[in-house]
Amino acid sequence: MGKSQKTRELWSPFRYALRITRPPSRGFRRTGHASLLTGLLFLLAWAAPAMAAELSAPHDVRVIDTPSDSGGGLTILWSKADYDGPDVRYQILMGEGAEKKMVAEFPANSHYVRDAKFPWWTRPAPRGFHQYDIKTGKGIELKDGTAYAVSVAVRRGDERAEAPAVQVVPEPNWVNWNQMNNLLLVLLFGAVVFGSIRAAKRREIFLRRIPGLDAVDEAIGRATELGKPILYLTGAGDMSEPATIAAAVILGRVAKRVAAYETDLMVPHRDPIVMAVCQEITKQSYLEAAKPDAFKEDSNFFITTDQFSYTAAVDGIMLRRKPAANFFMGSYFAESLLLTETGASTGAIQIAGTDSDHQLPFFVTTCDYTLIGEELYAASAYLSREPVQVGTLRGQDMGKGFILAVLALGTVLATVGVLFGTDLPLIILDLFKDLK
Amino acid sequence: MIFLRRQLPLLITFVMGLVFAAQYYVPHPASEQLLTTVNKWIQIIGGFALVLGVTSLFHLHAVKIRRKEAGWGYSFVLYAGLLGTIAVGLWANGKEAVNGALTAFGWMYSYMMVPLQGTMFAILAFFIASAAYRSFRARSREAAVLLVAAVIVMMGRVPLGEYLVPISGDFSQWILNVLNTSVRRAILIGISLGAVALSLKIIFGIERAYLGGGKE
Repeated sequence: MGKSQKTRELWSPFRYALRITRPPSRGFRRTGHASLLTGLLFLLAWAAPAMAAELSAPHDVRVIDTPSDSGGGLTILWSKADYDGPDVRYQILMGEGAEKKMVAEFPANSHYVRDAKFPWWTRPAPRGFHQYDIKTGKGIELKDGTAYAVSVAVRRGDERAEAPAVQVVPEPNWVNWNQMNNLLLVLLFGAVVFGSIRAAKRREIFLRRIPGLDAVDEAIGRATELGKPILYLTGAGDMSEPATIAAAVILGRVAKRVAAYETDLMVPHRDPIVMAVCQEITKQSYLEAAKPDAFKEDSNFFITTDQFSYTAAVDGIMLRRKPAANFFMGSYFAESLLLTETGASTGAIQIAGTDSDHQLPFFVTTCDYTLIGEELYAASAYLSREPVQVGTLRGQDMGKGFILAVLALGTVLATVGVLFGTDLPLIILDLFKDLK
Repeated sequence: MIFLRRQLPLLITFVMGLVFAAQYYVPHPASEQLLTTVNKWIQIIGGFALVLGVTSLFHLHAVKIRRKEAGWGYSFVLYAGLLGTIAVGLWANGKEAVNGALTAFGWMYSYMMVPLQGTMFAILAFFIASAAYRSFRARSREAAVLLVAAVIVMMGRVPLGEYLVPISGDFSQWILNVLNTSVRRAILIGISLGAVALSLKIIFGIERAYLGGGKE
């Protein structure tokens, strides 16, 4: 391959450009020059805005107390400029006179409002504006109630221009407006739940069968026939966890039936507060079953807060006392399989219910029945059949339907936004974002 | 009496429930301070409740020893362990190490508690094997699907499996990222709605069973 041929190949893209402006039959030499000229024009056209735009101080500079924060934060906003590009850099400066110091420097084609993940209802400036947040930390300390002078400068090589400083006072805020969509959805869901409860009082609501809860009577009956105790665990959580509260509520229903059959009940605990609450619940259940004499104070007992010590103790109880039915309700961690596999080896009928999704496979493989996730919360309504309780389930189902519809709508809107390059879908999509 | 047992707890639950639901939306340091204070109070109450728990434990095992029930020897071991640890802990001022050297208390923790906990955790491996054996027997259509999915994921996770069947790595990742994650998210949505509904029921006094008993 000769040198001329190499050159021809090297310039081939420009030759394509030349074809548009000129016929290609003028010979290589002329074509080569024309290509070079066109290439330079392309480069000039590309670089022209950055080179031509004169460096001026950043425009429309605003410094505000960072909205919806806990204090100690300032937000600087300014409009984008013609000279914005990777070679130009913005500087954020704090202080005045000799005490002025640079707190950040970054390329001029970065730090936009659109990157800051503000929803549309709290966005402090158009999405194309530049934004920089100064927060307490990393060598900066912003005291609430103290005025700070902040300015923005722009630099390209030795050239530099600075906007006048703006005085601003950081303050903590009382409302996080970014999360108002969350509050709105909670209120909406709450209204749906209460509406469903009212509806349930007027007419009967269908409840699908939950085999795990139908089996509760079977398990208690079996234990009674065999003359063996029932073991009920409330999980690893404390009383602040919904799963533990649900487990304690179900214990009340189970204890009532256990009392009616006069079967032994054992409830070992990992948390003393849960133990105290469950003692009261069990006592009340025995009273409601008209069997207060059958209630034993030590049916609820504390073992330890330590995970594996508790597991070892409960495994020991299972192997020595051989309960006919084991209930595992609440939240669980690594001990789930150690407990249920031991229970399975004793031949007990096992019913589990948990919202610990990582432990669900272990419960499903080792227990006869498993209440998966929300079924644990539905158990109280299912066992009591009270309209007030059942209505809540209808509300939950409506909530799930709503989420499914939003998922479908959100997928369509996000796709439309990308296809047509428009921000309009964000008006809806922002409403369902988890914002901090 | 009914006010103290019923209405007052419900009132406290209602007020505190609303206050701390609102606290989530308030970024002000005062709100954070309130949460911290309440968390400290929960810890303090938990400390007192521990006395209840330990009393229950002592009582239960004392009865077993007194009546010489089956396995009362274990109760004796529990008493010895509990009282021994308290004594050693007091002797060491609750410190596990002094100047880099383990105290008797620290020695008990490092050379008795930790190995015992490790032993319990290690048993999990054998239990997983036995549970997997029972579950993976293809007795039903669901169990067969579970078996096939498990074999693919295992092949994709072990270097030898991916060497023998190169596609198993991508396929197992697809099972985990698409099938597994989507089902988990569906379960989590249900759990979250269930938890919110339960919380609303408790805050507004619709669910009262946790106070001991259902209706008035």
